[in-house]
Amino acid sequence: MSAVTVDRSEVVERPPMRVKRRRLTSLILPVFTIAMIVYLASPIFVMIMFSFNKLVGQRQIAKFTCCTINWWTELFAIPALNQAIRTSILVAIPAAIIATSLGTLVGLVLGRYSFRGRAPVNFVIFLAIAVPEIVLASSLLSMFVLAKSPLGYGSTLFSHIGFSIAFVAITVRARVQGIDRSLENAAQDLFATPFQAFRKVTLPLIMPGIVAGLMLSFVLSLDDFVITQFVAGAVNTFPTWVFGASRIGVPPQVNVWGTILFGAGLLAASLNLIVSFRASRKSGT
Amino acid sequence: MSTGGQSKEETTPLAAAMAAVQEGEPPKRGDQFLAKRQRRVAYGILTPGAIYLAIAFLVPLVLVVYTSLQSGGLLSGGYRFTWAFDNYADAFSSSKQFFARSLLYSSLATIFSILLAYPMAYWISFYAGKWKSTLFFLILVPFFVSFVIRTVQWNFILADDGLLFSPLKNLGLLPDDFQVLATPIAVVAGITYNFLPFTALPLYVALDRIDKRLVEAAKDLYASRFQAFRKVVLPLSFPGLFAALILTFVPATGDYVNSSVLGSNRTVMVGQIIQTKFLRQADYPEAAALSVILMLGMLVIALAYAKVLGTEDSTLAAGAAG
Repeated sequence: MSAVTVDRSEVVERPPMRVKRRRLTSLILPVFTIAMIVYLASPIFVMIMFSFNKLVGQRQIAKFTCCTINWWTELFAIPALNQAIRTSILVAIPAAIIATSLGTLVGLVLGRYSFRGRAPVNFVIFLAIAVPEIVLASSLLSMFVLAKSPLGYGSTLFSHIGFSIAFVAITVRARVQGIDRSLENAAQDLFATPFQAFRKVTLPLIMPGIVAGLMLSFVLSLDDFVITQFVAGAVNTFPTWVFGASRIGVPPQVNVWGTILFGAGLLAASLNLIVSFRASRKSGT
Repeated sequence: MSTGGQSKEETTPLAAAMAAVQEGEPPKRGDQFLAKRQRRVAYGILTPGAIYLAIAFLVPLVLVVYTSLQSGGLLSGGYRFTWAFDNYADAFSSSKQFFARSLLYSSLATIFSILLAYPMAYWISFYAGKWKSTLFFLILVPFFVSFVIRTVQWNFILADDGLLFSPLKNLGLLPDDFQVLATPIAVVAGITYNFLPFTALPLYVALDRIDKRLVEAAKDLYASRFQAFRKVVLPLSFPGLFAALILTFVPATGDYVNSSVLGSNRTVMVGQIIQTKFLRQADYPEAAALSVILMLGMLVIALAYAKVLGTEDSTLAAGAAG
């Protein structure tokens, strides 16, 4: 143990690599990266821009005319769209909470215990993530059809919890594997019961992983299209409603809602970054 | 310092601590009992999630295979399980051109994604310094917006009179009948765009792990920048490259949103056939058979992947991408 520590301290951190001469070729990659970021963001710019598109009709067209705030003020003008947004949120919140509770437990066990059955569980989780969504969607629909269970809110919620568990489990597992087990041992040396040691030491340490899992499963549920389209029957969520509308042209309110959800996501992610940055500064790592 | 810790390091730390606190026994003698107890705790915590995964993932996979072996018709009293292997022959022969097209489009999209994502991931991980995480955050930000909505926006960008081509046509740089939307180019471009994070993340993770001093060492040994890249960085990034390949190719093959929104009836992919047969025609057995064929094909690829990289590493990459 101690030999390793000595080794590490002997490694001198070297200054970052420096390009000796500024050549024109050394500009290619940074410019390319910036171009890629712009390219990746281009549909978002278009989405925000087109939420101000001045239209004659009620359907978005490819031609942009500046500018109106009508669509922002008439945000709730389409009842079916309101209903779809409502359903999306009513699915995403419970799906995220339930999937996070179940997935955290799975991740915890996979991250800290070795037991028979660990490899198969890891493999199932890997499959649940790696399988093409359409295969999972067909499978779930086959099950609901065979079980003669009605398609709608319930089947959608059930399916969303199912695919989110795997993602939460690996997020938490990664976090559990990163924590120092001796901290928990120390707590128990100081006469904490295993449960107390878990609640006072382990849980706070894996909390960032749990929060990340919660956010991830919320976003996955909110964004899911393929599985929802297969199992939701006549019920629409925001993505399935937009897909249906895209055949005849989406109303501009879709862009407004997209912009609002994007803003909310950005805000949540920034807050999370700030909080974790503060936390890491406080703990000095 | 280390004399007290010695015995604990050799047993399972939790088991040792539990023995010390609860049973008052020395860790080594309690081993057998504690291992059993520990296992019981582990299984107890695991059970609810594992059962849910089984019902929401494993059972459906079995039942889609079951459905694929049914025969009959909705009008003639419903489908019955009859070991109807014919469904596979029918499904394959009627849809092989769609399979071929899906494989072609997703291969092209995977190649383009890697060509676009690799230089970017390389530059960020090697040269971006303190801007690393900010840049990577900027790459992921667009993907807060739903997949379907992003694809619909590409429709506006690529349309004949859209933002990209309309100005070029007005300037006379493109012929008036120039068209990208509703062609295979639009579909491949859409898939490339939508699955790019699945390519970029594993590449970035792999490149970021490479010890940068190795490149310096190569240069000290008179390697040019390009030689250092080709002989040191590229081979070391192979696991990430392989992960990126699979994580892009597999979901892209099953995709039907891009070809529905950006394509035409001449760009139909296998996902659209499955979707139509399941949701419009209620031809469950044949749709299920197509799904099973797709699943088996992708399973072979996923197994090869797990074999090469191990499931833990691969799910980590997948999770990061999701």
